[in-house]
Amino acid sequence: MRKKVIFRGVALPYLLLLPQMIITLVFFFWPAGMAVWQSAQREDAFGLSTQFVAFENFTDLFHDAIYLNAAWNTVIFSTAVAALALGSALFLAVQADKHIRGAGVYKTLLIWPYAVAPALAAVLWLFIFHPSIGLVGKALASLGVNWDYRVNGGQAMTMVIIASAWKQVSYNFIFFLAGLQSIPNSVLEAAAIDGARPMRRFWGVIFPLLSPTTFFLLVVNLVYAFFDTFGVIHALTRGGPGNATETLIYKVYVDGVQNLNFGSSAAQSVILMLIVISLTAIQFRFIERRVHY
Amino acid sequence: MSGAATIDVERLAAASRRRRARDRVFTYFALTLGVLIFALPIWITLIGSTHDTDTIGRGDVPLLPGSEAFANYARAWDEGGGGRNTFAVPASTMLWNSLLMALIIACGKIAISLLSAFAVVFFSFPGRMVFFWMIFITLMLPVEVRIIPTFQVMTDLALIDTMMGLTLPLIASATATLLFRQFFLTIPDEYVEAAKVDGAGPMRFFKDVVLPLSVTSMAALFVIQFIYGWNQYLWPLLMVSNRDLETVIVGLTKMIGIGDTQNEWNLIMTTAVFALLPPVAVVVLMQRWFIKGLTETEK
Repeated sequence: MRKKVIFRGVALPYLLLLPQMIITLVFFFWPAGMAVWQSAQREDAFGLSTQFVAFENFTDLFHDAIYLNAAWNTVIFSTAVAALALGSALFLAVQADKHIRGAGVYKTLLIWPYAVAPALAAVLWLFIFHPSIGLVGKALASLGVNWDYRVNGGQAMTMVIIASAWKQVSYNFIFFLAGLQSIPNSVLEAAAIDGARPMRRFWGVIFPLLSPTTFFLLVVNLVYAFFDTFGVIHALTRGGPGNATETLIYKVYVDGVQNLNFGSSAAQSVILMLIVISLTAIQFRFIERRVHY
Repeated sequence: MSGAATIDVERLAAASRRRRARDRVFTYFALTLGVLIFALPIWITLIGSTHDTDTIGRGDVPLLPGSEAFANYARAWDEGGGGRNTFAVPASTMLWNSLLMALIIACGKIAISLLSAFAVVFFSFPGRMVFFWMIFITLMLPVEVRIIPTFQVMTDLALIDTMMGLTLPLIASATATLLFRQFFLTIPDEYVEAAKVDGAGPMRFFKDVVLPLSVTSMAALFVIQFIYGWNQYLWPLLMVSNRDLETVIVGLTKMIGIGDTQNEWNLIMTTAVFALLPPVAVVVLMQRWFIKGLTETEK
């Protein structure tokens, strides 16, 4: 799609594009290219020489138990975060969409966590779940639960899931509410007159009509859980205890920044890039289709 | 016969009223519970920031405000809390850095995206679509997936530990460019024609027509991008080792030593409140633009 009436000139548009292009080339394309290049290289222990190893870094990764563990953690973590954040957001949006007094206040009170940084969400939940100073942490201990997320991997995973999902609910809530409000009243009235009970109305009419929103949000939530939750994990558990909360993105950081294993870290970056590209492609293909609805 | 029918109708009406009342109670209950779950961590943090170190350190979780609020906030602002391995940075310094970073990122993104969207929509030049796709593809290359190489580029350019290095790479924006492009396409052709008839050049048109029309879109984007900038974590963590440049989100997590009970929890909670306030204020005060920005950039 383009305009019929346009300005003449060739130098000016290039000049206008220049700032965006410089930043894009220097900070996006160059590093991405370097990642691909480095993923096929291997440095010796002292960083003195490098040799070309083609796909060896990749094949090594798929035989590395720690990497496979991180991949598995990522699957568990993202599925749980997406399910929890989408489920509770949908439930709250359905409640807030009803004609009740004070709906606006409830909306504001449910929207603001969007502004909380993932790492900050982690710190807030730490105040709740900390075994010696946290409200819930101490309550669990007094109930006889051996609660310490710093030594128990399952508990650590539970905590990073809760903190990550908590932060994402408001985003999903906003989109579900917008989706619910765009469903025509006549459809709901027709269902009600036909004698459909509220539960039936929800699963038979509302939920199918919301499916485009749900699918879009599912992709967004997965991307969030994959990439934006680095701060949660770094602030709460540093991938530990052991490697219990190490996700793929956290491992790129550990191998690249702490272990200085550039070849492997670059190969992991390339794998992550492929994941983002496919998720984005799915999202845009689907959105193009949504236009025809 | 007709008597029985009336009773039936009344009974049905009463049952339906009861059901509706029950539904309403359930709705209020569910929403209030949701709000409370959202507010609980904030409440605990706010309360914690008004007590002294010992009260929290002992593990008596206070649920009501204490008397140390002023002392805590003044100390966090001026001196900052000491972490285990790091020296303290005053919250005022960290907040200033975060504010500067968020503003530069938000304004920078808006500025360069306005210009590039203007070029792509209102001009025809060789390679137009190539440029457009190049901007679009950056969507698929978030910082997180190119950490190490980008860090190496920053080292080569001597941008480590500078505000410029902290902000510049985050200024490129595919979403903002797409949003402005979408919006510019709705500006009627007649406006451009009229400008040409009046002999106005493209930049004059940009300043007098396009900019005033884009104010709402700019406000909406500003909210989203300000929060994006304020909440950056991985990038400042990598780029900043000089603690004078510390941003508040990263600085806050550095205050918490792992497995350490000697933390000054009251100061950590105070700093958390500081870190929370500006972005939350932006969202609550600019709620209308925020929702517009969110639902429109994601299309």
